[in-house]
Amino acid sequence: MIWNEKMETMSREELTKLQSERLVATVKRVYNNVPAYRAKMDAIGLKPEDIHGIEDLKKLPFTTKADLRDNYPFGLFAVPQDEIVRVHASSGTTGKPTVVGYTENDIKMWSECVARCMTMAGITKKDIVQVAYGYGLFTGGLGAHYGAEYMGAVTVPMGTGNTAKLITLMKDFGATAIACTPSYLLHIAEVLKENGDLDKIKLRAAVCGAEPWTEEMRKQIEATLGIDAHDIYGLSEVMGPGVACDCEYHKGLHVCEDHFIPEIISPTTLEPVPEGETGELVFTTITKEGLPLIRYRTRDLTSISYDKCECGRTTCRISRFKGRSDDMLIIRGVNVFPSQVEEALLQVDGVNPHYLIVVDRVNNLDTMEIMVEVEEKFFSDEIKGLEALSKKIAKAVQQMIGLNAKIKLVEPRTIERSMGKAVRVQDKRKLV
Amino acid sequence: MQAKQLSVFIENREGRLDEVLAVIKGAGVNILSLSLADTSEYGLLRLIVSDPVAADKALKENGFSSMLTGVLVVRLDNKVGSLQDFLCVLAKENINLEYMYGLTIENGGKASLVIKASNLDKAANILTAAGAELLSNEDISKL
Repeated sequence: MIWNEKMETMSREELTKLQSERLVATVKRVYNNVPAYRAKMDAIGLKPEDIHGIEDLKKLPFTTKADLRDNYPFGLFAVPQDEIVRVHASSGTTGKPTVVGYTENDIKMWSECVARCMTMAGITKKDIVQVAYGYGLFTGGLGAHYGAEYMGAVTVPMGTGNTAKLITLMKDFGATAIACTPSYLLHIAEVLKENGDLDKIKLRAAVCGAEPWTEEMRKQIEATLGIDAHDIYGLSEVMGPGVACDCEYHKGLHVCEDHFIPEIISPTTLEPVPEGETGELVFTTITKEGLPLIRYRTRDLTSISYDKCECGRTTCRISRFKGRSDDMLIIRGVNVFPSQVEEALLQVDGVNPHYLIVVDRVNNLDTMEIMVEVEEKFFSDEIKGLEALSKKIAKAVQQMIGLNAKIKLVEPRTIERSMGKAVRVQDKRKLV
Repeated sequence: MQAKQLSVFIENREGRLDEVLAVIKGAGVNILSLSLADTSEYGLLRLIVSDPVAADKALKENGFSSMLTGVLVVRLDNKVGSLQDFLCVLAKENINLEYMYGLTIENGGKASLVIKASNLDKAANILTAAGAELLSNEDISKL
């Protein structure tokens, strides 16, 4: 099944023409409406008239997370504020989040993209879909929710955090599909297995995203639950989940190319790499109204294939992600930058920024432990003093990144000092 | 009168306590009493030693987190009820005990305890007024 035959099976020639028209219009719009984009283009003497089609894409300057931060919160919006109907926010590299605004049309377009992805996963309006992503500023919950609703499926807004209730409703409602992070789905599968509930569910499809996972993990999920699991990709700056998804052939993720133009560049030279080679994924949005992005550097490393897929779709496919070109971690679906953790630690009186973030996966759920050196100035001869310190640090971290981390106090100078760039992260998960 | 206690932060790792003790020994400091409070992650070693300043310095030089804290060392008659007699005075004044451990039992029928209270100065005054004998580090060394 294909949700939007016209857009998803268009010939390359037609698609290029459509992308070109939309790109030219987008560039014109951002140049006229967003001072920051105009300044960037003026700085290199580029005018909207210089962009005639997607062949001119590489002339345009890149946009990065830093641009979003510098124009916090609404500076890059391309429409007047009264046309914005929703905002989401994701982690910035420091305390300030990255804010994304959507117009009514943007929400519709997003729902359409998610509907395409869910269709790739074999979900139809006859399904009962449990959305078990976090609802709120994070795009996962509401993004998947609106998509499922748009398709006409029965949409159950579970959110995260109550696995027992999720399983009860999965059984009682006879839920047939679920949208959540792959690690959470594995966790759900384990609980179902432990409780002997595997034969009491009707689940048959899953769209999992918001964190990297392996082919092995997909197979494990599919085997345990007896379902089809699909990889849905997106990032809040660009839109949210639904930018791309894999079809039943699982040979890469089809990009909704009529809305987002992908490019692969070398993260060092910033030049496009030849087709099929791995590099950093860059997106230009060509239909978004609220926050259009020109050549946004995702920092995700992957490659693109333009070969026609057996499923009949003509849209290009990005391969499984091979890592990131920055130090961002994805923990329980939440984007975390070590710099945010450092900022949180520095807010606590007397804490030195000697720390090590240890990320692991225990029973399929990500764990985050932050080792912090106990320096003399905040050392206490009372256990409750040290415990209060741990709690204070945990709270500062929680407020900064929205995740509960376990704080482990360690002796001074036990965290290895490095001569060059400090090693701040130890990721014990094997995901790539 | 307050006495100085040496507190050391140690991770729960094999041999870590031994390393602390070796540093104190190397500094020529005698340990008169100690208490080890443990959590699942780390331990807190509290010591009454012959020369707390020297031991603290030696530990810091060896990379340990240590500090000197004021505590009260109370010398009591070694007989039934004497501890309770004094502690009830503190309780009446709403003074909270943070921790406590034994120091020595002398041949002469006296026993000493280390006490850390919420308000140390106030606790010292109350105990003195109630007739308790508080010891300094110098006194302790002579026991």
